[in-house]
Amino acid sequence: MRRTLQSIPLLLAISVILYGILYNMPGGPLAPYLQNPHITAADIARLKHNLGLDQPVPIQYLKWLGHILTGDMGYSTSNSEPVFQALIERFPATLELMGASLFIAIAVGVSAGIISAVYRYSALDYAITTFAFFGQSMPVFWFALMMQLAFAVHGIPLPGGYQIQLPSAGISASDNFDFGDRIEHLILPAIVLSLLQIALFSRFMRSSLLEVLGTDYMRTAAAKGLSFRTILYKHGLKNALIPVVTVVALSLPSLLAGAIVTENIFAWPGMGRLFINALTQSDLALLMGYLLLVAFLVVFSNLLADVVYAWLDPRVKYD
Amino acid sequence: MSAAAIVEQELPLSKVTFWTRFRRHKLAIAGVVVLTLMVLAAVFAGQLAPFNPDFIDNGTATVPHWNGTPLPPCFQDRSLCWGHALGTDEVGRDLLSRLLFGARISLTVGLFAVLMEVLIGTTLGAIAGYYGGWIDYALMRLTDVFLSIPLLPLLLVLTAIVAATSSKAALSFGVIVIIIGALTWPSVARLVRASFLSLREREFAEAARAVGNNDGRIIFRHLLPNAVAPIIVQATLDVAGVIVLESTLSFLGFGIQPPTASWGSMLSNSQSDLQIAWWAAVFPGLCILVTVLAINYIGDGLRDALDPNMR
Repeated sequence: MRRTLQSIPLLLAISVILYGILYNMPGGPLAPYLQNPHITAADIARLKHNLGLDQPVPIQYLKWLGHILTGDMGYSTSNSEPVFQALIERFPATLELMGASLFIAIAVGVSAGIISAVYRYSALDYAITTFAFFGQSMPVFWFALMMQLAFAVHGIPLPGGYQIQLPSAGISASDNFDFGDRIEHLILPAIVLSLLQIALFSRFMRSSLLEVLGTDYMRTAAAKGLSFRTILYKHGLKNALIPVVTVVALSLPSLLAGAIVTENIFAWPGMGRLFINALTQSDLALLMGYLLLVAFLVVFSNLLADVVYAWLDPRVKYD
Repeated sequence: MSAAAIVEQELPLSKVTFWTRFRRHKLAIAGVVVLTLMVLAAVFAGQLAPFNPDFIDNGTATVPHWNGTPLPPCFQDRSLCWGHALGTDEVGRDLLSRLLFGARISLTVGLFAVLMEVLIGTTLGAIAGYYGGWIDYALMRLTDVFLSIPLLPLLLVLTAIVAATSSKAALSFGVIVIIIGALTWPSVARLVRASFLSLREREFAEAARAVGNNDGRIIFRHLLPNAVAPIIVQATLDVAGVIVLESTLSFLGFGIQPPTASWGSMLSNSQSDLQIAWWAAVFPGLCILVTVLAINYIGDGLRDALDPNMR
């Protein structure tokens, strides 16, 4: 509860800084109009007055904050609809993509980390850690291009004349919902987006499990004569997985950033693509709304991670 | 653990132990070799490049009749490449020459942005850690804010604002460096603050205070040298991160502006001819991957060598 309250001033501080960055830059929110030769200085002054931009900055900020808190994030000039509505409409697509990637990342990353730790210093361990290093160093957009080149442009030939060919753009082929088709469209972007997280999760899981395997209670369990399997599943994994919760929650910012790039390359109709569109059209209200929403999600997920962590691990107590 | 290993761990870190430990990390050494080659390629890009990177080889002496599709690399089709070792891009510029000049952009942006990050981060982190109290509190809440907003979108918004208020051409090398440096300092600040919190309580710090040194001297002459190891490791890894960040910005069109060659913008341009010209999409990305991988391995080696307990 106390931690929940602590995140409120953090969110306020975020809003102040974002407001400061976005609305007090040279030109301010009227920058797009200033370059338009058909708009005179008198028009600018009238616009300023109508929008309340001639009032002191703190007053403007408070007014703006009041609007935000009631769900009014302003009007998106690039989409001709309220910002909040524009974001909410695209949210499910982004959620689908990020959820799928996170699922892949946890499944693959955590199991790779476990294998790596259990067979420490084996060829398999070296292969996995090397792969993790590659995954961490790989630029998302290039990986996306290479996947498109391999699976969409050329196709991967299979024995028997078959070929793996996957769609490389959009969320579905038609407006009618077709589960198989949706999955087909999801495969490439989800894999692309999950690569970095797979790398991070596997490295983290490896070191976490290695640490647990070296503890006294693991040695005690072994001394009792339990098999390695039992020790690993009953004691080892349970404890080693706890800190992974935090890492998964902390991966949200990089997942969101990756989604911007991935959605853009795969023409995925999510928030990231909306954001890039707003960017090219200098739609400040939408950019601001996106940043606020994303920052809120990050703060919320950190809070959730803390709560879950304390619930899973009774040794952790927050005061 | 062997006796020698124990002795080595207990010895204070000298240059000798640093080198013996670093040399043991084979991949870090490989990283140093690769990075050195990259730096040399970037420095001597003007001498090494077979063509001017912005020269459009179309209807000229070398390529009299260009059919509008990018020329393939020589190893793929010797009769069609017309001296362009790695082929040409979508408008007929030499790919190899652009890669060489692109290395300049990536490496210098990485270096200068991280220098700025370290400068700001170290100063603020040292102040927060040394003085504590409300300064510490305020600075740390500020880092909380910056760490809660995902870096890439914030960076994109700032570059877009610069582009909107003047023009896209204003997104020069310097502006990109400043924006990246101004947004990435919090991680370094936290690191330095954490070291300073414990360092300031140590006896040598107290001794330095007792003999009447002023705060500035204690911070920079006595405490900072003891906090350098984690900063170096973080800075090295961040160079890799910034190179990816810059190429991502350029890929999305908000980084280094055309016609200047940058690996990211080269990849962005390659998208239109992805079906016919695989080379334009493969080589720039390979350059980024190899460079970033090399730097990450160096960072890993430095971490092992400087402070084995940091893992």
